[in-house]
Amino acid sequence: MTAVKRIVLWLLGTVSAVVLMFGYHTSTSGPEAAVTPIAGGEGADSNSAPSTPTTTPSTTPSATPSASSGSSTVTGDVAQTQWGPVQVQLTVQGGKITAVNVLQYPNGNHRDVEINDYALPILIDETVKAQNAQIDMVSGATVTSDGYIRSLQSALDQAK
Amino acid sequence: MKRYVEHVMGMPISLALRGRHTDDELAAQAWADALDVLHTADRIFSTYRADSHISRLNRGELTVADCPPEVAEVLRLGERARLESGGAFDVRRAGVLDPSGVVKGWAVERAAAAFERLAGTDYCLSAGGDLICRVTGPESEAWRIGIEDPFDPEKIAAIVPIRNGAVATSGLHRRGPHITDARNGETPTALASVTVIHRSLTHADIDATTAFALGPDGPAWLHARPNRTGLAILVDGTRQIIGQTDRLSSRSR
Repeated sequence: MTAVKRIVLWLLGTVSAVVLMFGYHTSTSGPEAAVTPIAGGEGADSNSAPSTPTTTPSTTPSATPSASSGSSTVTGDVAQTQWGPVQVQLTVQGGKITAVNVLQYPNGNHRDVEINDYALPILIDETVKAQNAQIDMVSGATVTSDGYIRSLQSALDQAK
Repeated sequence: MKRYVEHVMGMPISLALRGRHTDDELAAQAWADALDVLHTADRIFSTYRADSHISRLNRGELTVADCPPEVAEVLRLGERARLESGGAFDVRRAGVLDPSGVVKGWAVERAAAAFERLAGTDYCLSAGGDLICRVTGPESEAWRIGIEDPFDPEKIAAIVPIRNGAVATSGLHRRGPHITDARNGETPTALASVTVIHRSLTHADIDATTAFALGPDGPAWLHARPNRTGLAILVDGTRQIIGQTDRLSSRSR
């Protein structure tokens, strides 16, 4: 039970991070780009949450990742940015994010953003420790064999 | 998941395999072949080896036509990068050829081809922090790539979930000043690190180095490049995500 709770809490942190990420993106087009939002938009799946901001994220259909193959989705709060509401939904499999659906963009379009070749970095809160981040590999400025010994990648390589 | 590490060209080469062939003879052969590709690239391109083709080109003992065709290929990539960067990226410095800025990503991309032979196997191959990810099926989980915090290498600044694609990061914090702006020979100081995500590691690596060399103009330059996303961390700690989400709706590979 504690494990499940931890995963959900971690996801909630990630949801805010993703929202911040899109918040940044929209900021690049400037405040004048704001358009009346359309909740969900055409083609949105039936799980789309209403645009009414909620205090706690709703989870559909279940926040508990099942034992092996099951995936679950977590829908984040509607974040009211100065450019309009933003809402994201994460699909989680085995405790890892496999897809991000953006249910609402400030421009009102529904987008199904599947993480693939051109995924955007998800910024992590400064307080998140690397060892809690469940990463497979580290990208950093060129690590030499000398510097490698103390590196995070070195710790990962020894993990299994 | 099975992990492998070897050191080639003074760099740690890290491999992670998951799926059908992680710890068998096929996997061992693919790993040996990949390392072989990197050793061959080192023999041709290293500026530290007096007998490399590049060293002999610099001494005027050879012409490009005398070299393996890979040399012309790398020099073409370097010339294209010079033109596209307005001269900030250049494989020639004061008449001396040093294509290291092209060779690393290019060589690792070629080395990774060895793992394409492993049916039903996902891989992630990293050479000193520049890496390539592949998954074999639509149901496979993305590889989760941590982007190192340039101010604290024990921490990560961001995570990028990558299914098929490459991640390259340039910065000064590991090796000290080794990147210069070829336009003036100075070490750029505006950025702490630049990460580029793209389908090809060759181009991700070149673009990360270029954006870093461009300093304050780097993020805007990168933003204008097609089909790239990335993260620029400025020396004041500001973080900028680069990339248009419009491009993400394409699922083509």
